[in-house]
Amino acid sequence: MSERFYLYPIWLRLWHAINAFMFLVLLATGLSMQYSNPDWPLIRFDLAVQFHNIAGIIVSFNYLIFLMGNLATANGAYYKMNWKTLFDDLLKQLNYYLFGVFKKQPTPFPINQSRKFNPLQKFTYVVTMYGMMPVIIITGLALLFPEMIIDKVFQSSGIFLTALLHTVVGFMLSMFLVIHVYFSTMGSTPTSNFKSMVNGFHEPH
Amino acid sequence: MRTLFILPLFVLAFFWSDFSVAQLMVDMEAPPTNAEMNQHCFDCHGQQVYSFENDFSGMIERKVMNPNYVLDTGAFYQGVHRHFACIDCHSPDYENFPHQSELRLDMMYSCIDCHGGDETYAQYNFDLIEEEFYQSVHSSRHDETFNCWMCHDPHAYKAMTRGDFSIGEIVKAHNQTCVDCHNDPVQFLRITDSIQPDLALVHDFIPNYDLHLKSVRCIECHTSQQDTLWVAHNILEKELAVKKCVECHSSNTMLMASLYKYQNIEARQNGFLNAVILNESYVIGANRNYYFNIISIILFGLAIVGILIHVFFRIKNR
Repeated sequence: MSERFYLYPIWLRLWHAINAFMFLVLLATGLSMQYSNPDWPLIRFDLAVQFHNIAGIIVSFNYLIFLMGNLATANGAYYKMNWKTLFDDLLKQLNYYLFGVFKKQPTPFPINQSRKFNPLQKFTYVVTMYGMMPVIIITGLALLFPEMIIDKVFQSSGIFLTALLHTVVGFMLSMFLVIHVYFSTMGSTPTSNFKSMVNGFHEPH
Repeated sequence: MRTLFILPLFVLAFFWSDFSVAQLMVDMEAPPTNAEMNQHCFDCHGQQVYSFENDFSGMIERKVMNPNYVLDTGAFYQGVHRHFACIDCHSPDYENFPHQSELRLDMMYSCIDCHGGDETYAQYNFDLIEEEFYQSVHSSRHDETFNCWMCHDPHAYKAMTRGDFSIGEIVKAHNQTCVDCHNDPVQFLRITDSIQPDLALVHDFIPNYDLHLKSVRCIECHTSQQDTLWVAHNILEKELAVKKCVECHSSNTMLMASLYKYQNIEARQNGFLNAVILNESYVIGANRNYYFNIISIILFGLAIVGILIHVFFRIKNR
């Protein structure tokens, strides 16, 4: 095993921890509202609304910290995509996850100081953080202030379409969360990446 | 300023279809039957200012009409009583001017005086409306001077739920009936000596009160609903009002039996449970799409199965 190195600065770990906790709150309260049932309340509806709103606002501010942190520090560079080799790189990484990892092959894109993410991670993180997060934040804020939403879009309720988009993206982010947590177990040991979230040091394979 | 937050990608504009609504028995197309006769009254009561010849002085005098006696003639002829002559309900003695002062003390007809016990109007359930009214706080908390006209204006009454009105228009019109008294200190004093409470304050437990007031009617929560009655009239004690969010915010939303029953023939079309609500609004927890549910369960299931298979081979090849 190579020597561990410091890869996750404190601001990033704090941001990640807040994001993770708030994501769980949003997921639980969102599901509770979407599938609310008087006979089987997961979380009382009015409480679910309040907690969802509060967690949503915190995540929104947290997202601004992420954007500013990426602009102000070197962390932003980790998200720069190499579009020319993207497809091949994704295939290589996918091949590793599907087959290579079981054959004890070395990871094709080892993590180091200049490469924090493998191509598949980078691609999903960019789609998530720069694609889905803005959409869910904007639709969430719109639902928080529904008077800003136009009444009708092609004879359908504007609020409904906004909520539909919010729900669909929310579901995709939930899927991301499940897969993201699982892939976190694929470090040098199943728990090494979780330790990295606390101490900031990455343990290479 | 309104801002568009919707991506064109998510335009799902195919939910709208024609509704089957109960038919109104009034011919709204034909010219008003008694327009010519009524014009004699509207010459004065359709104006803010009226003029008359003073028999004593011989002069033409112009006076400001008491605002309570000014009628919107346009609204009258768009209302359900549009074919009526004024003297169908008011004394023929009103045809003389100056009107005799005691005419004001005449007992006015109530809805039930014309519509009660008549099979012609059976579909409107006037007798049931009267029954509900007598059970309501409007009757039990007030004396018999509280009549239909406290809430309904016979000169401009529209049968909102039986015409081609949208849910939004129905909500606006029906809620206006309530707030005309409950949000107006002067009107409120007509029926009670107590101070009119601030509606927003007493409803402060409702998130987005303004949006709720715009989207659902007061009677959704403040009445007991019966299937046979189109618009509930049994206004309950405030302690009995619906306060649980899930009564509306669930797939078994009570709104389907109240506000949306006028159009719920469309429910469950296009895969949307409670699809009818989508045309006008969005009720979290009440609008669920069957296909989206299935797709999301399948996708989530596939992800979990994929992870489990991956875990299995990781353990096996450890």
